[in-house]
Amino acid sequence: MLNYSKKLLSHFRHPHNLGKIKNASGVGKVGNLVCGDVMKLYIKVKDEVIEDIKFETYGCAAAVATSSVITDLAKGKKISEALRMDNKRIINSLGYLPPAKIHCSLLSVRALRKAIEDYQKKKKA
Amino acid sequence: MKRIYLDYAATTPVDKRVLKAMEPYFEKEFANTMSIHGMGEKAAEAVEKARKQVAGLIGAKTSRVFFTGSATESNNWAIKGLAWANRDRGKHLIISAIEHDCVLNSARWLKGEGWEVSVLGVDGDGLVRLGDLEKMIKSDTVLVSVIHGNNEVGTIQDLEKIGQICRERGVYFHTDAAQSFGKEKIAVEEMKIDLLTASSHKIYGPKGAALLYIREGVKIAPLLHGGGQENRMRSSTVNVPAIVGFGKAAEICKREMEGENERLKRLRDKLIKGILEISGTKLNGHPTKRLVNNVNISFKNIEGESLLLRLDMGGIEVSTGSACSSASLEPSHVLLAMGLGAEAAHGSIRFSLGRWTREEEIGEVLKKLTKIVNSLRRMSPYKDYA
Repeated sequence: MLNYSKKLLSHFRHPHNLGKIKNASGVGKVGNLVCGDVMKLYIKVKDEVIEDIKFETYGCAAAVATSSVITDLAKGKKISEALRMDNKRIINSLGYLPPAKIHCSLLSVRALRKAIEDYQKKKKA
Repeated sequence: MKRIYLDYAATTPVDKRVLKAMEPYFEKEFANTMSIHGMGEKAAEAVEKARKQVAGLIGAKTSRVFFTGSATESNNWAIKGLAWANRDRGKHLIISAIEHDCVLNSARWLKGEGWEVSVLGVDGDGLVRLGDLEKMIKSDTVLVSVIHGNNEVGTIQDLEKIGQICRERGVYFHTDAAQSFGKEKIAVEEMKIDLLTASSHKIYGPKGAALLYIREGVKIAPLLHGGGQENRMRSSTVNVPAIVGFGKAAEICKREMEGENERLKRLRDKLIKGILEISGTKLNGHPTKRLVNNVNISFKNIEGESLLLRLDMGGIEVSTGSACSSASLEPSHVLLAMGLGAEAAHGSIRFSLGRWTREEEIGEVLKKLTKIVNSLRRMSPYKDYA
């Protein structure tokens, strides 16, 4: 059996910020079905602050939980702060993440960065 | 919450009748079978009785059944022991693409030792391609190993046909019958099986006992050298209580097989029918040539581990061949060999029924499963089945 922390299982059971945002400022989608994890992150940005954030994830319990955690961590943060976020923050927040699942935390970080890049691109356009 | 165990293919609880048969051999009749005194003799007799009981389930000559510690050990022994003893005959062996890891990795190890290993493919239902087998056998082929009832998808191979081909071409035929032993009729003589693996803990016996059947005349070297137990073929102090339990479990299976198989088949088909009513589901494995207790389903847009954990939270124990539950992160080699895409392979779940599965449990599982599948699909960025 995988050694999941209580916190991780709790996020898996009751994910925070699940769903999508209509007219999102930015959307980031990472992963693919072949590797078994796909995450889609939606952000709503106002005055360079992430006002709202939601996710949809296809994947294992760790993929769902790390998505849930990153939405918690990013909500209310300035874009510049959110861009500095790394996967260690997610792992710390969960207490423990099995080594085989570290890639899930990296995927969540990449999803957030991609959503922000998407927002910045749209802003320039 | 009452839990529903649907993971009998992983392991079974010990039947109370088995436990009772084992009980005297822990502290009363505890002697070593190699001891010459009366107590030692009694222990040895108990083991011989068990040997007769397990042999009876496969129509084997009693003296050709050797007890081991696990099906993994039996499979390692069959493959490495045979390869070692026959290395003057050739250095080629054939295994199917859907073998259990212990066969797969034994063959891989031999490959590192200079052996050539050919992998026999399967069709979409998981049946090995017999035409390919005929073409694969060469003059230096020593062994063909094909699993009888597949542990993941439940497909049952036609052992008689494979045995026929192997016998005609003069190569040894080994089958891993860990899942089918006690469920399917097996006759080693008629099916022309040279070596067969079976295990106790899949048939309501204890863990720690298994067997390797070796047909008379098959050249094989032992894996374990020592005091010469099991007719000098498998040294180790004999695990008397576990073997006695294995024997009793086999005897019960033989007696109750027919009625129990009918019952399980009915429940299995009810579960399959119910699950297939959920959209975006597909049965993996052969629709009819399958183990009486196996149901393997791919759920579209759902990852297997998520489904497994949600079912577990709902009190239902199942298994997944899904990548994410193992350290490797690779999707099931069995499903990939059957031609499933990685996506379907990631979203597969195995339900395996057993002696204590009840009809009302099937209804309960279907109810909970439908809810969980819908909830996970709402979570997914792919919406075509939500």
